[in-house]
Amino acid sequence: MHEVALAQSIVEIVRDQARANHADCVKAVFLRIGAFANVEPEALSFGFESAARGTIAEGARLEIERTPGSAFCAGCGSDVQVESRVALCPSCGSGQLLITGGEELRVTELEVS
Amino acid sequence: MRRIAVEQDIMAKNGRAAALNRDRFARERTFVVNLMSSPGSGKTTLLVRTLQELKTRGGRLAVIEGDQQTTLDADRIRATGVPAVQVNTGKGCHLDAEMIMRALAKQPAPAGGTLFIENVGNLVCPAGFDLGEAKKVVIASVTEGEDKPLKYPDMFAVADLVLVNKVDLVAALEFDVATLKANVKRVNPKATVLEVSARTGAGFEAWLAWLSSSRTVTAPVEARVP
Ligand SMILES: Nc1nc2c(ncn2[C@@H]2O[C@H](COP(=O)(O)OP(=O)(O)OP(=O)(O)O)[C@@H](O)[C@H]2O)c(=O)[nH]1
Ligand SMILES: [Mg+2]
Ligand SMILES: [Zn+2]
Repeated sequence: MHEVALAQSIVEIVRDQARANHADCVKAVFLRIGAFANVEPEALSFGFESAARGTIAEGARLEIERTPGSAFCAGCGSDVQVESRVALCPSCGSGQLLITGGEELRVTELEVS
Repeated sequence: MRRIAVEQDIMAKNGRAAALNRDRFARERTFVVNLMSSPGSGKTTLLVRTLQELKTRGGRLAVIEGDQQTTLDADRIRATGVPAVQVNTGKGCHLDAEMIMRALAKQPAPAGGTLFIENVGNLVCPAGFDLGEAKKVVIASVTEGEDKPLKYPDMFAVADLVLVNKVDLVAALEFDVATLKANVKRVNPKATVLEVSARTGAGFEAWLAWLSSSRTVTAPVEARVP
């Protein structure tokens, strides 16, 4: 899995932001991860723990907010929430869904001192 | 204690590297195809036959091979006379844009020609990494079952073209190509689906025609500047 690579990118972002904001210590890192972002939160936490070792992010708490998948239905024109990419429209049953949300993978905030 | 708002895309670094690759490919008019599938679907076999066909039609070619270990696939490509560079990802399960950038430093892209990238055999992770390519081609072989697009929707969702490979085995396996196509359409209504056999060459006319028309659209040959 690529969680190790993602964890390294997170640590780089944290390091750059902490430096730019003159922080001495990072207490927590807040992430927003969509339902279709293809990330296993446990694997990511584990990867983060080891990637953070020896950096300013060492020991920081990882707070992961999961966001649901959303789609626009070309069949009935409504915006709907979906569990999977291959879902049928919950309001009209059509399969013509355009995925509009749930792919995000972001560092949203840091808690520092 | 204080909060800092960050709002940064974790994939941004890959996105930046992919954008640099894409600029370079556009400048040099290199048409780039990223070939993805599960292990053993026939990426290398398909590439070898494709390169042999394309060689007879002229045009510059090169390959970047991604595998966790060994140079076996790059060796198979080089046997056709086409230059290939092997990228070993170690524990990594996908190629990323920076690896492509580094590979290009060792073996330049074929300006005005076509660069094929064989990704690491994996139907999950490579889907999330833009390499700067013009087209993503996903191979699903008939030995894998008709349900793969539903089980691995992320991969099939990003495909421009799905190649159904090993169609020489359809009868023996009682494989239902129509069901596979319907499953691809459910995940990705826009994808083109073509049936091929990298073993016998069946369906290659259509595959080569797809390559040539995609190439014309994405990397048009400009009038030469004197
Ligand atoms: N019958 C049949 N066998 C095929 C076809 N294409 C590939 N194969 C066989 O499938 C096996 C795997 O092929 P490869 O080309 O090595 O597959 P790959 O996707 O490159 O595999 P990795 O690089 O390991 O992910 C080989 O034994 C090929 O000979 C085909 O169209 N028909
Ligand atoms: Mg191969
Ligand atoms: Zn609907």
